[in-house]
Amino acid sequence: MEHELQKVSVSLAVNPKLSSWINFAEGKVIVSPGKVEIGQGIVTALAQIAADELDVDISRIEMVRAATPASPNEGVTSGSLSVQHSGRAIRFACAEIRQIFLNAAAERLGVAPDVLTITDGNIAGPGNVSTSYWELAGDISLDRDATAGAQPKSSAQRTLAGHSLQRLDIPDKVFGRPRFIQDSAPPGTLHGRVLRAELALARLIELNEERARKVEGLVAIVHDGNFAGVVCETEAAAEAAVTALRKGAKWSSSAALPDEDGLAEWLKQQPAVSTVIASKNATAPAAVARTIKRQYHRPYIAHGSIAPSCAMAQWDGDIVRVWTHSQGVYNLRSDLALVFKLPRENITVEHMEGAGCYGHNGADDVALDAALLAKATPGRTVRVQWSRADEMSHAPFGAAMAIEIEAGLDSDGEIASWRHTIWSNGHTARPGRAEQPTLLAASELAAPFPRAISLDPPPASGGGSDRNSVPLYDFPAWNIEAHRLTVMPVRTSALRTLGAQGNTFAIESLLDEIAVDRGEDPVAFRLRHLTDPRSRDVIQAAARRANWKPVKQDGVGYGIGFSRYKTTGAYCAAVAEVEVGEGIRVRKLTLAVDVGEAVNPDGVINQIEGGAIQATSWVLKERVRFDRTRITSSSWTEYPILRFSEVPEVEVEVISRPEIDPVGAGEAAHGPVTAAIANAVFDALGVRLRSLPITRDRLIAAMELS
Amino acid sequence: MPNIRFRLNGAETEIDADPDTPLLTVLRSQLGLTGSHFGCGAGECGACMVLVDDHALTSCDAPLWSVANKAVTTIEGLGSEQHPHALQRAFIAEQALQCGYCLSGIMMSAAALLKRNTNPTTAEVKAALDRNLCRCGSHNRMVRAVLRAAAEMRTS
Ligand code: FES
Ligand code: FES
Repeated sequence: MEHELQKVSVSLAVNPKLSSWINFAEGKVIVSPGKVEIGQGIVTALAQIAADELDVDISRIEMVRAATPASPNEGVTSGSLSVQHSGRAIRFACAEIRQIFLNAAAERLGVAPDVLTITDGNIAGPGNVSTSYWELAGDISLDRDATAGAQPKSSAQRTLAGHSLQRLDIPDKVFGRPRFIQDSAPPGTLHGRVLRAELALARLIELNEERARKVEGLVAIVHDGNFAGVVCETEAAAEAAVTALRKGAKWSSSAALPDEDGLAEWLKQQPAVSTVIASKNATAPAAVARTIKRQYHRPYIAHGSIAPSCAMAQWDGDIVRVWTHSQGVYNLRSDLALVFKLPRENITVEHMEGAGCYGHNGADDVALDAALLAKATPGRTVRVQWSRADEMSHAPFGAAMAIEIEAGLDSDGEIASWRHTIWSNGHTARPGRAEQPTLLAASELAAPFPRAISLDPPPASGGGSDRNSVPLYDFPAWNIEAHRLTVMPVRTSALRTLGAQGNTFAIESLLDEIAVDRGEDPVAFRLRHLTDPRSRDVIQAAARRANWKPVKQDGVGYGIGFSRYKTTGAYCAAVAEVEVGEGIRVRKLTLAVDVGEAVNPDGVINQIEGGAIQATSWVLKERVRFDRTRITSSSWTEYPILRFSEVPEVEVEVISRPEIDPVGAGEAAHGPVTAAIANAVFDALGVRLRSLPITRDRLIAAMELS
Repeated sequence: MPNIRFRLNGAETEIDADPDTPLLTVLRSQLGLTGSHFGCGAGECGACMVLVDDHALTSCDAPLWSVANKAVTTIEGLGSEQHPHALQRAFIAEQALQCGYCLSGIMMSAAALLKRNTNPTTAEVKAALDRNLCRCGSHNRMVRAVLRAAAEMRTS
């Protein structure tokens, strides 16, 4: 049975008890997913699925926020897997529950189950007999394991999934009602701030608390090794106290950050673990007449959530409660248990909504900060919020990458071989997965845990540095190798797409270059190397919609990029129109996307638009700055992102395939958009930039060289 | 310390606080109005924007004394579910957000624009919102929502 469950839904196999997902109460259906809302609209999509399968009005659905220990454990809300995992579990659980209730209703009403119909939870049969989920709920226990015995509705039978319902969380946000963890501070809550150095990997060699002690409203100062913080009655007092404490702090650091202008070379010289990711030999190898070798680079990129990370914690004896916007409540709990050497059962971790996080940012770190500070004030809830500067310099970054591709061309200039090599730090150090905690403060304590070096997820989960490094094209041979650094002076962890943005940028840039060298249209060239119909469809759809390829105008260029995210996820093709004059301006992005079933089509479009705009920001502007001792891009001035006046027009076409299981859309656009912009810049000026970000200064430098 | 008086969302308000306290801190901590958000505390992101006498202003770096005797409007005062502002209706209609943390600041910037110009062009909307950052990439929907609200205000 477990095997059966495994086949229909991983999440259901791990959390088989039906009542852990669905319950009925007073005319409501309570749905408890293990995935969390991070601005991607997941709560609405999951409500749609449940309402559809159970035949109830969506207004009856009440979505519960994930919390240990009651919620199903679905790991982390990441990798664009929310609908895939949670959605599928809820769909199968609801189908089975529907069947259980139909059978019970049939018995009670004395009719056969197949003559019953369900309308908004009311179960009716011939001759006006009826009952409802709620009438029957008292007699039916859902504390039983799912069997996956009931078949969910077919796509044609669904009435809600596939439609653009309004998101359930939007009214609160539009009317400014408290919804974010940052807006929550129950009466009696104390406020904490953590003191962190500007220096990277700093040691706190002296802490004079005198000034801070004088701040009115100070409740406690916590100092444990290199970790220090304050707890105060009000937020303003906490700010004042931490400012005072900073004046009494002396730091030293032996950090040696790389030279930010020689980052690609630095990556290639570091100790690393090397892995062959994929290797394919040609059945009839062609002689290589010529090779073309190019190096690509992307810098460290900040998550840059608009909201600084925030958490609350409270101790009661050795029982800890934590409120967090972490993407994985169970994983955070595991790491907290390691740090405090407590059984996991002593800790409850409850999710509250935060702003978009785009991967592993400071959300988990601040939860440990709050728990460390709250330990000094037993019984009192302590709320901790990071500063903007800490958010931009102490949270993990998306890893910098150097990528080299060498293509062998035969005597006809066709691709005969393909070698793709990656140098990068690992792309994840999320909590809850290792023997040691990965939370920031854990490595700052007087009895420190080792600082976790990022790893790469296994290829079965889409890989990390190597994500999307295996070509989707029908090349005769290839060899893909990744070198994951074993040193990590700059802290890295999961940022949207992990390595896929870098790899897609590299592959699609080189393909474009080869096509242009051959005098072939880049779209036709790609299609010639693709047999997979869904891949071809998105490319053709994007090209058609963008009127590929419009006539050449001065200073304007068009480029295309394509990828299937993680090789198993969403298909996406993008056409960029850029204008290069005083600066580089992306005028328009036209995208086509195929996510299989689009549960909420407007939600999919919203995710793709957002991803496309964020990717444009990464490509044109973003680069974490540092000198040899510290991160220097610690404000929005030092780390600018795309503004309203710079945002391109974005058009999205969704190719809907309701019969195919849904995959996520949140990360599909980044790689294709990155490549499309780079290729469009070449089309406009005839110069290829292979280092991100693509800025005016770099363009001028490259033009002078060429 | 003399108390500082101002009109907040239409009601006379008197605050006993250090006059240098940022307006945002007063709104959120003292008055419990958490719709205006903290993003950077340095006037760089716009998450904390409010209207002061019809001008959009970052409240994280505006000292309390600077709004003495002025009219302050926050997102909570823009409209309610029963009587929504045209912008609030339009943002719902366009589903113009992802996480929405930046939203209240953006709507207040837009509200200031619509007070002086009910027929803005796309470029004018973008210019008016240029001090506001949105990390989720919801910009285009937001611009559409502002244009929709403007159209509605012109016809009503
Ligand atoms: S919080 Fe005021 S501008 Fe950022
Ligand atoms: S919607 Fe998330 S920051 Fe704007």
